[in-house]
Amino acid sequence: MDFILALVLQIIYGIANLALIGLGLAIIFGMMRVINLAHGEFLMLGGYTVVVSTNLSANIWIAMLVLAPVVVGIVGVIVERLLIRFLYGRTVDTLLATWGLSLLLVGLVTAIFGPQTATTISAPIGAIEIGAYASSGYELFLILLTLAVFGAVYAVLRYTKLGLLARGTMQRADIAATLGVSTSRIYMITFGLGSAVAGLAGGVLAPITGVVPTIGATYIAKAFITVISGGTAILAGTAAAASLLGAMNGIVTFLTGPTVGEVALLGAAIILLRLMPSGITGRFFRRSL
Amino acid sequence: MRQRRENIALVALGIVGLVVMLGGPHVLQLFTIINLTTAIGLAVLALSLGLVWGHGGILCFGQTAFFGTGAYVYAVAAQSFGGTTGAALLAIAAAAAVAAILGYFMFYGRISDVYLGVITLTVTLIFFNLLRRTSGPEYKIGSALLGGFNGTTAPPLTLPWDSNAVLFPQQVFYVAMGALIIAYFGCVWLSRSHFGRVCVAIRENEIRAELLGYDARLYKLGLFTVGGGLAGLAGILIANGIGRVTPDLFNLSYAAQAIIWVIVGGRGTLIGPVLGAFTIFWLTSWLGTQSHFNINIVLGIVMILFVLLLPRGVVPALIDLVDRWTRRKMNQRERMRARRRTGRRAMQQAE
Repeated sequence: MDFILALVLQIIYGIANLALIGLGLAIIFGMMRVINLAHGEFLMLGGYTVVVSTNLSANIWIAMLVLAPVVVGIVGVIVERLLIRFLYGRTVDTLLATWGLSLLLVGLVTAIFGPQTATTISAPIGAIEIGAYASSGYELFLILLTLAVFGAVYAVLRYTKLGLLARGTMQRADIAATLGVSTSRIYMITFGLGSAVAGLAGGVLAPITGVVPTIGATYIAKAFITVISGGTAILAGTAAAASLLGAMNGIVTFLTGPTVGEVALLGAAIILLRLMPSGITGRFFRRSL
Repeated sequence: MRQRRENIALVALGIVGLVVMLGGPHVLQLFTIINLTTAIGLAVLALSLGLVWGHGGILCFGQTAFFGTGAYVYAVAAQSFGGTTGAALLAIAAAAAVAAILGYFMFYGRISDVYLGVITLTVTLIFFNLLRRTSGPEYKIGSALLGGFNGTTAPPLTLPWDSNAVLFPQQVFYVAMGALIIAYFGCVWLSRSHFGRVCVAIRENEIRAELLGYDARLYKLGLFTVGGGLAGLAGILIANGIGRVTPDLFNLSYAAQAIIWVIVGGRGTLIGPVLGAFTIFWLTSWLGTQSHFNINIVLGIVMILFVLLLPRGVVPALIDLVDRWTRRKMNQRERMRARRRTGRRAMQQAE
């Protein structure tokens, strides 16, 4: 019984992890159909923000939950104004430009902090016990945090004026512009918001994964798979894809080990896309957020 | 007119290639020869991406998946078989097969090009993660240990008829350069064939091509498979150039560089990516010696600048320039002739 509980908790953590990594990317993709190839590096910047600010003796909670999203959000807005803005409507070029940005960020961070792991941060919550098994309390915190972030994004999109304008722009940018919405500003804000969520994810995952300049590469494969399998609905798509793929990964990993688990994740996603080329929300939950 | 000029350029290119191939080992030092073999491997990879992306419009961000597959299959098979000819053929076939399987899911699922790029990139990254974890003694194929992060040794090529006659680096260079030349002209031939022209039609307007009765999925799959096999060949060459295959062949850096070669050289041409690969290879090796510069910074800036300012690449821009210049020349001549004609007529009328 305890064993099953521990296993289920582990699988749920896997799902939450995928959802958290993918959400920032999904916000940007759902809004502007832009896949940000520098997403992994935004996560990496979030991690470095936490490392640097805790080294400057900031409280780790403030560093993870406030500083990381704010700093990366600002970076996102700057990137949007200097780079992405010129490429709207040129989807392929946007991909390429963000890929260039990703290389540039890796290079800059390597030049500043060196190629090795920066000072490791330990997780601020210790282990908890489930019967005979010990489970990480921090992972439990991450599950709750993921739920909270999803709730917050839902609330912003559903109940605020900004959310209304954003949803309008998402559905028909031209009509929204005709009605007097500054779509350019909406895009800027969304890109900033998506980056902030990425920064938050990178920040809170830093204690688990450690921080190296090339850490982005380990995140992006999972993030891309989740977002593409999910389709264009930001929250429902990410949640559905993360649940499906995370559960798959968790079960296969439990049965055979982590190497095959990741391959199963990819295989499942490719078969899924063969059946539903525009993702889960292209077929189901079409009207969801 | 244009076709004729293109043919002249191709002949000149072939001669330059042959001169480099035959003359190189006599002039250059051994170290340079080995380095150049690596660069040629990368150039073949660039060529394969130029064919798939530039010519067929298939946005493949993970051409390295087939490249790495080719290298690994070659290394593993060569260690197990003894001779390398069978290993090389098997490597190309395996890379093409991986491309065909992946391509089936993508093209028959009618996945849009943005998704396609991201999925192919994901595939190569997953291969990277997978092979990095193969360090234990249980990961053994034939007599070859996969070796995890450190990779496994790639035996140098041997003569097809004598598996004990191991080729020297100079001879491997001949093989590599010969392979590049054959691959390049093969691609030129393919792009001028019926198949290649249909691929261009699909790139330009997929719906129109389908309405004309061509099955776009099948043509794309065919081109993608050929590109995969070519990338596998590149993998064999790089395995020979470096002497080892490591998971790094699948990593983001190679994948990004392949894209950069094509962007810098030019989409839609075949020579552009090849020249791009040589240039960027030279640039990165030079930067490697200047330790105060991080290569990623330079590559990132190059990529962003080209996308923003010269999205079509260097070679198409140059061709445009030459075209415009010759057209102006021709117009000038035409105008002169016309002026002379009217002048003569005016004189006749005056008489």
